[in-house]
Amino acid sequence: MDKLVDAKTAVAAIKDGMTIGIGGWGPRRKPMALIRELLRSPVKDLTVVAYGGADVGMLCAAGKVKKLIFAFVSLDFIPLEPWFRVARQQGQIEVSEIDEGMMLLGLRAAAWGVPFIPTALGIGTDVVTYNPDIAMIDSPYDDKQWLAMPALKLDVSLLHVTRADRRGVCQIASPDHYMDDWFARAAKHTIVSCDELVETEFFHSEAVARQVFWERSATHAVVHIPGGAHPSSSAPLHGFDVGHYKAYASSAKAQDFNAYCEQFGVLKDEATYQAAVGGLDAIQQLPLPIY
Amino acid sequence: MQNNEPMTAFSLAELMVCAAAEAFRNDGEVLATGIGLLPRLAASLAMSTFNQDMMMTDSEAWLLSKPNPVSGRKADDAQAFETWMGFSRIFDNVWSGRRHAMVGPSQVDRFGQANISALGGTYQQPKVQMLGVRGFPGNSICHANSFFVPSHNKRVFVEGECDVVASVGYNAARLPRGYQLSDIDIRVAITNLCIMDWRGEGFSPRVISLHPGVTLEEVFDNTGFDLSVAENLATTAAPTAKQLDIIAALDPLNARAKQLPDNPPGIRTA
Repeated sequence: MDKLVDAKTAVAAIKDGMTIGIGGWGPRRKPMALIRELLRSPVKDLTVVAYGGADVGMLCAAGKVKKLIFAFVSLDFIPLEPWFRVARQQGQIEVSEIDEGMMLLGLRAAAWGVPFIPTALGIGTDVVTYNPDIAMIDSPYDDKQWLAMPALKLDVSLLHVTRADRRGVCQIASPDHYMDDWFARAAKHTIVSCDELVETEFFHSEAVARQVFWERSATHAVVHIPGGAHPSSSAPLHGFDVGHYKAYASSAKAQDFNAYCEQFGVLKDEATYQAAVGGLDAIQQLPLPIY
Repeated sequence: MQNNEPMTAFSLAELMVCAAAEAFRNDGEVLATGIGLLPRLAASLAMSTFNQDMMMTDSEAWLLSKPNPVSGRKADDAQAFETWMGFSRIFDNVWSGRRHAMVGPSQVDRFGQANISALGGTYQQPKVQMLGVRGFPGNSICHANSFFVPSHNKRVFVEGECDVVASVGYNAARLPRGYQLSDIDIRVAITNLCIMDWRGEGFSPRVISLHPGVTLEEVFDNTGFDLSVAENLATTAAPTAKQLDIIAALDPLNARAKQLPDNPPGIRTA
């Protein structure tokens, strides 16, 4: 089965009002080229589930987000994501703010086809106060109440991986695959962008096959976009772009997202964008962060 | 041993790091997570000295047998890999309870509830959006937590409840059926003035140690809620020469000197 498509074709699967999940974590291994493709599309009223970074900030700035399900939105070295702050401080979006682990449980519930997973996470906090739809339930096995974390069922997930083949076998060579496997499993339709497109024989090694975290049946579309995570990192290939994030953050200070988009050709196409940020060579030379 | 004699010249940051390290002394084999440079340095000091059973990560995706330095590392420096510890596995550990996190909240209230989510305004439209609740809700119900507060004032230690309660505290009114205050494990708050805990009457907050030269009045004046005073109120121990040597080795670029405004000395000169 050949799942290779271009970004525009892939992102056309996303319709108004859908719930989308976005892999990665903060400024790390985000499917940013697919997000830019989404910014170019007319799609609106999305519900977004993410361990958020500029993916969430940009979708908020472009008015694509109806509701955000999140635990944090951060660029790490810029702790507070600038465009997410604007959206929140202007009251532009609905939110469901949950614990990081609750999000993982919600994705697992969706992946496993159960309506909820009982947990103590969130009890006694404002997560319960501000999520009136999240129920507390009695247990058949003890006398305590438990929080019933509902399944976070996703229409579409967007992920960025190191390498993939046309059949949707995906390698994440970074130190952490984050919750990308659960985003893939929780979605009806998973779109993956990859830095490198490889032949199936590439995976015929124990070490490489150990870096494949879900089966190809959970990948529905493969898009080949070298540097497609920029400005986020795609370890071990490249780090995140500190200078670019600063420019992005200053556009929020000026409250002018269009200026950011125009400066970097964001709404034109990926080739224009990559040229504007210095080209693929420059992206691939961004140093990895040291923690 | 002369090495273990308390020193007379050290910074407030170093005093706080040594005090914070004490929080991990009796933890045994738990994952210690210090969020921010000074708490990470504190956990690293504890693991390098009196709690060698402790576990720490490289702050990215690996558990280490020996903590990495907090400054001066280069991309190709070796590290003491022990096992993979990506975020999903961190949660497996969190939910098992075998972890002690030291975090730096923007607000802490009398219940020991903490906030890193948002300040002011309404929930739908906060005046200041911060990070979001992150892992605070889960951490606080699953395992031990301590606070690291570089600036002890009434904006942090608030009069009422936190604007957004991100972590559970000793507040019976918020707990569902079947949970007790003793299920919650808030250890200490290390501030630039003192050390506090929540072991007063009915898990209420109290001062257990004052940093050299700090008065109780100063602590009371900068705290938005009532504090009791521990019977055996201590003066926070000065770092030893050995501790300062280990701290210097763990932080060769002296990043600790840039964490507190003006890098004040550990013993106040009036």
